Amino acid sequence: MSAPGVNASGLATSGEGPLLQVRDLTVEFRGQTGRVAAVNGVSFDVRPGETLALVGESGSGKSVTSLAIMRLIGKAGGTRIGGQILLRRRNGATVDLLAASDPEIREIRGTEIAMVFQEPMTSLNPVHTIGAQVAEGIVFHRRISRRAALAEAVELLDLVGIPEPRRRIDSFPHQLSGGMRQRAMIAVALACKPGLLIADEPTTALDVTIQAQILELMQRLQRQTGMSIVFITHNLGVVAEVADRVLVMYAGRIVEQAPVVPLFGQPLMPYTQGLLRSVPRLDMAGGVHEELHAIPGNVPDPTAMPPGCAFHPRCAHFQPTVCDGAVPALEAADPDHSVRCARWREVSRRVPASQPVPA
Amino acid sequence: MSGFLLRRLAQSIVLLWIVSMIGFALLHLTPGGPLSQFTNTPGMTDEDLQRLTAQMGLDRPLPVQYLEWFGRLLTGDWGRSYRDDTPVLLVIGSRLGATLQLMVTATLIAVLVGGFIGVVGAVRRYSFFDQLVTVGAMIALSIPTFWFGLMVIYVFSVKLGWLPPGNISPVGNESLIVFLHHLIGPSMVLGLVTTAIWSRFMRSSMLDVINQDYVRTARAKGVSERIVLVRHVLRNALLPMITIAGLEVPTLLSGALVTETVFTWPGMGRLFLDSIGYRDYPVVMGLLTFTAILVIIGNLLADVLYVVADPRIRLQ
Repeated sequence: MSAPGVNASGLATSGEGPLLQVRDLTVEFRGQTGRVAAVNGVSFDVRPGETLALVGESGSGKSVTSLAIMRLIGKAGGTRIGGQILLRRRNGATVDLLAASDPEIREIRGTEIAMVFQEPMTSLNPVHTIGAQVAEGIVFHRRISRRAALAEAVELLDLVGIPEPRRRIDSFPHQLSGGMRQRAMIAVALACKPGLLIADEPTTALDVTIQAQILELMQRLQRQTGMSIVFITHNLGVVAEVADRVLVMYAGRIVEQAPVVPLFGQPLMPYTQGLLRSVPRLDMAGGVHEELHAIPGNVPDPTAMPPGCAFHPRCAHFQPTVCDGAVPALEAADPDHSVRCARWREVSRRVPASQPVPA
Repeated sequence: MSGFLLRRLAQSIVLLWIVSMIGFALLHLTPGGPLSQFTNTPGMTDEDLQRLTAQMGLDRPLPVQYLEWFGRLLTGDWGRSYRDDTPVLLVIGSRLGATLQLMVTATLIAVLVGGFIGVVGAVRRYSFFDQLVTVGAMIALSIPTFWFGLMVIYVFSVKLGWLPPGNISPVGNESLIVFLHHLIGPSMVLGLVTTAIWSRFMRSSMLDVINQDYVRTARAKGVSERIVLVRHVLRNALLPMITIAGLEVPTLLSGALVTETVFTWPGMGRLFLDSIGYRDYPVVMGLLTFTAILVIIGNLLADVLYVVADPRIRLQ
């Protein structure tokens, strides 16, 4: 059975089709013991204007997926990247980012797809001013003067909520707080008004109050610009806050994919259920001292993947031969809800429908 | 800034004092003395020698001699050469230019050639070029300077006849072209080790930077690879090189000693060796102090440059 999305592999040519189509993306690194697939046959779409959350633990392949879209994974050391990443460009043409030439990729980076990285502390160059770093992409892509680009940088810093932007363009990164640096990073990413913003755990390194501000900022900017956002995170609270659709990844594969409300309300994959139950909730703090749920075990070693469903060693619903035989296919439980679990029909019936549902 | 400079000046004086004391002790521990050459001179009696020794103040206890010398140095009196009674600063001054020309040329070679090799080696890591220059650098660092100097003279002067075998320029023909022609051999020899060191440090400094998050950010902006490499990688990789350059001054000075001797280059290095031979204490001590000052200035310059180049560093 083919996964939903895969069957929609006809190239979008114009109009309201998906902005980005990832098809059967596979990224293999060469380890000491052989090839290791960090991403294994991942397919998904990003629609115009939506926020897609990519959720998973460290090592699930979510960051590698995002770097593959930006084509920022070096081919050195025997790294192999397969599949297609189709982007509908501004001019209407559809291009496979994995097959595009380096100049074309450079043309797309920053202007059509931009990225905000996890570590605002290390992602800005310490020896250049904030203004220079925001203006750099503008000068390069639009061939306008440095002065004009700096004027735009001031506007961008103002847009991302940095106070006194006129003064701040002359600041160096070390003179800014973590939250301000992440705002500056977002300004760098937005400098050439990309249609797709990839945010790789943009709030993970920040403290909680700042996290909320950055999330609000990104939502506001999305409303203003209409861009799509791929939001990579392991924080389900953040997902509930920002996402339209959610993609849960485990050990390099998509294990569940659904709009945010059904995913939180009726998770089908035992892994997603476990993730949701390990989120601390206020209604737990009442009389009963329930212990916070933890998924037993660890993410599998990518060099020694368990046979069949990669999650089976940690799964409470494990059944021999059913679960450790073949890798289960991504099945459509609903037209827009797919799950990779051999026993999802039985499993989903046993789950109480009392999961937190975002407003 | 001025507070920093004042503190560094105070530190430098202490450093000079220690260096000169050790130098003084070693110099006087060496057998022989400025008057040894006269021991067998016909007509020179022991009384004459003792009288001369007393005249030169060499019969007094060493600490006294040292303090006297250091006290005069602090007042700006560097003493006079035993050989021809010329003031020490004039003797050094007459040789300084030749050595500086050699050092500057060698540094230029090191920065340009070594820097280029290091950058390319880092960008094309583990390539054939990288492995070739890695081996080359190891060989360059292992070759004794005097031997390499002799080989350069043998190959380029004796066999091929391309370069003059030594000296700064023939008498009566002191044009710039002739001077530069004479400069090639010795600066090549002096620059070899520094070039090798520079290429190694440059390569590792580039590799430290090349995988930094901000380099990835720069790539994500879609700017050209040249901008990424120059503005983001090289710009940051050069910062530690400033310190390396400051540390290279002593290497160059000691290298100049050998190079100048091999190429009969009339610089401070040869003056130093000659003066030791004559036990010309004032000149040797003067050169020692002077080179120590050069090293201190080199490091001070490196520190100040670092502040200019790295906005994160502030002098306090």
